[in-house]
Amino acid sequence: MFDYETLKIIWWLLVGVLLLGFAVMDGHDMGVGTLLPFVGRTDTERRVIINTVGPHWDGNQVWFITGGGAIFAAWPLVYATAFSGFYWAMLAVLWALFFRPVGFDYRSKIANPTWRRTWDWGLFIGGFVPPVIFGVAFGNLLQGVPFHFDDNLVSHYTGSFWQLLNPFALLAGVVSSAMITFHGANYLMHRTEGAIFERTRLWAMISGLVMVAAFLLAGVFVADLPGYVITSPVDPSALPNPLAKTVNVETGAWLNNFAAQPLLWAVPALGVLGGLAGVLLAMLRQTLAAFVASSLAMAGIIGTAGVALFPFVMPSSSAPASSLTVWDSVSSHLTLTLMFWATVIFMPLIIFYTGWAYKVMAGKVTERFIEANDKAAY
Amino acid sequence: MTETMIDLSRLQFAATAMYHFLFVPLTLGLAWILVIMETTYVLTGRTIYRDMTKFWGKLFGINFALGVTTGITMEFQFGTNWAYYSHYVGDIFGAPLAIEGLMAFFLESTFIGLFFFGWDRLSKAKHLLVTVLMAVGSNLSALWILIANGWMQDPVGAEFSYTTMRMELTSFWEVMFNPTAQAKFVHTVSAGYVTASIFVLGISSWYLLKGRDVEFARRSFRIAAAFGFASALSVIVLGDESGYAVTESQQSKLAAIEAMWETEPAPAGFKLLAWPNEAKQANDWEIEIPYVLGLIATRSTTETIPGIREIRERNRARIESGIHAVKALERLRRDANDAEAKATFEAHKADLGYGLLLKKYVDDVSLATPEQIAQAARDTVPAVAPMFWSFRLMVLLGFLFLALLTVAFWSSITGNFADKPWLLKWALWSIPLPWIAAEVGWFVAEYGRQPWSIYGVLPTRLSVSTLSEASLYGSLAGFIGFYTLLLAVELYLMFKYARLGPSSLGTGKYHFERAGGPLPAGAFADKV
Repeated sequence: MFDYETLKIIWWLLVGVLLLGFAVMDGHDMGVGTLLPFVGRTDTERRVIINTVGPHWDGNQVWFITGGGAIFAAWPLVYATAFSGFYWAMLAVLWALFFRPVGFDYRSKIANPTWRRTWDWGLFIGGFVPPVIFGVAFGNLLQGVPFHFDDNLVSHYTGSFWQLLNPFALLAGVVSSAMITFHGANYLMHRTEGAIFERTRLWAMISGLVMVAAFLLAGVFVADLPGYVITSPVDPSALPNPLAKTVNVETGAWLNNFAAQPLLWAVPALGVLGGLAGVLLAMLRQTLAAFVASSLAMAGIIGTAGVALFPFVMPSSSAPASSLTVWDSVSSHLTLTLMFWATVIFMPLIIFYTGWAYKVMAGKVTERFIEANDKAAY
Repeated sequence: MTETMIDLSRLQFAATAMYHFLFVPLTLGLAWILVIMETTYVLTGRTIYRDMTKFWGKLFGINFALGVTTGITMEFQFGTNWAYYSHYVGDIFGAPLAIEGLMAFFLESTFIGLFFFGWDRLSKAKHLLVTVLMAVGSNLSALWILIANGWMQDPVGAEFSYTTMRMELTSFWEVMFNPTAQAKFVHTVSAGYVTASIFVLGISSWYLLKGRDVEFARRSFRIAAAFGFASALSVIVLGDESGYAVTESQQSKLAAIEAMWETEPAPAGFKLLAWPNEAKQANDWEIEIPYVLGLIATRSTTETIPGIREIRERNRARIESGIHAVKALERLRRDANDAEAKATFEAHKADLGYGLLLKKYVDDVSLATPEQIAQAARDTVPAVAPMFWSFRLMVLLGFLFLALLTVAFWSSITGNFADKPWLLKWALWSIPLPWIAAEVGWFVAEYGRQPWSIYGVLPTRLSVSTLSEASLYGSLAGFIGFYTLLLAVELYLMFKYARLGPSSLGTGKYHFERAGGPLPAGAFADKV
């Protein structure tokens, strides 16, 4: 059906789509989790906030799980190398995520205020920590990660956890966290009213501006960052072997793709303009449009990282030839074909019934609703 | 790579997988019990069935939350702790996991939200549809994960490629319809149905013993008894099916389960009890039922089942052949056009995994001594005693469940179950047993595959990530800490809500809510 080269590119796009799906869907409930302790002042207010995502967070989290599964299936070397190399960062994400299922489901099952406040902070951790770490991880991908393969393709990570926390990576963490908070705030405004709405609106405008500023600042830094370039001839349809190439490190090389295709500047522009439009729309109380704008901004920001890195996925700073690219970290032609069709068949179905679920639960969540459904609501 | 590192990685995986499996069986079965209850509600229009669906749904939710929490760990862990495994077999193993997400997790997780929050926003029929889709989703996820696991036990439809240095998919059809996977799926889900049935049966029995919410409890008891009886029958029949499947792909597992050291003339006897002695490679004593094993395992009277000694002898030959494969592969990795190496590799490729088993004892496998080869061959059959006893415990529990559920089902037909305190107590005290059966069953399946992570293809010890021992100690300690805390919280809530019973729904109709009814301490504490 599709040749190997085409499928490799399709899978780069599909991983991007899954990441974006994760950011738009799970991102908004993580943003709501981040805002929870600050926007909700009383127990009932906090329950209003929690119940805006109560019926949906679990389905949304599957974007993350499926994204992980798809990377496993389509880019097994990336899955293996990134998850084992970023061991403690991954565990931090995992352990932060532990607080969500139990936080949502258990929090309101007991009326003790300490119990509830504890889970509120648990939900905050589950919403705040993962986006920060994903941002930091992207910041490190853009600088290269210290790993190499031996002859049998066993990956060896030679860095430490603490060196992941360098200034550029932390800046990327700020971009990511602000982006998710902004997006979550737009959603929360859409589903609430009164005092919660007003407080959230302020958070939306501030986090949106922080996102745009930090993203622009990161763009300035990237020009001075070492980028990676493949220097040996590339055969995109070859069987994947990450050790069969040579790679050079050149300052500013992450801007090469933009220089070669100036049209690509539209991607970072979407991040900035989407962000500014979102802030404006939040100010004008156009909640749904603001949500769409922050979704577009995320497409621009995530897309910018993807386009800058292309064809790299995970460059190696300690052994550049071991770097993983879209050409040489993929699964077999048959598996890519199979997974492509599985995605084409199921993704529209998922979008359809997720849309239905949101439609069924649509409308503002109010304090009256919480009081009337004390036993059933989260 | 040190032995400690490998042991810690295995311990962490085993601990987190067994912990995850505390929550899965109940989800699989309770989902269908909710479907039965809600269908009855939709058909009869009687609100007590809606209350039943909501109340057992609450317990379902408490359990489900931890199932989700601990499930994410499993997906992370292949990458974090089993990086070489992920690279070596990701081409095959990753696909069912990704499809599980696309086909099953989305369905289950999207509709569980509507199950809890959609009661007032959906028509009766639509809400029932939501419940059905939630149950279908959770059972489909079991299907896909067991297709992945079945492939680890019996790696069909794949081939090794020396260019990419990994296993590659050749037929997804074979992977999907792998008989081992199919047998595992039906056995596992029906075990889940039994677990949920005994859970509902036991808690309902407790209400009956206490004489509270009797109508509610009687109806729940009946549904659990009928559903459980059918499931217990199928778990044993289909367990036999997976016994049949095991003989084809993993004779070493069967031989260990049966403590069968020597190949016996067909049809072999089934050892009811025995005392396996690893040093002597024989049983100190045994009680045998003639013919039974041969009939179950081969479904013939003439086919023999190989004993442990024969299997080890056969594997010794495969290890010797595997040495050539490993050496030829090393040459091919240096020069892919080496024609002689290619020919040798093709001739010995099927035994590559066996050659890799020697890496435990010697880095350059061509230098392996006959003793090392003999030792590696001994490793190919897991320790007998733990396999033998866990399997027997599982089977014994299975028959106990069948007995309980048969009596319960019969009594619910004759209608006098509420007058049999011994039956109610039996059901109540049986509640923890299905979990024990599920855990030992998991142990038999996974420990029985050792020393392989992918049977005959990739030794477990080569599958791990290259992490420091300190990292592994740290993460293991973290998991133990988090999981202990979470289990305490979960059990606390589960007991609290099971004790409250349907009064927790706040309908005003049930025991603790009626005027004059006795109030347990804290029963109404959850009114803000």
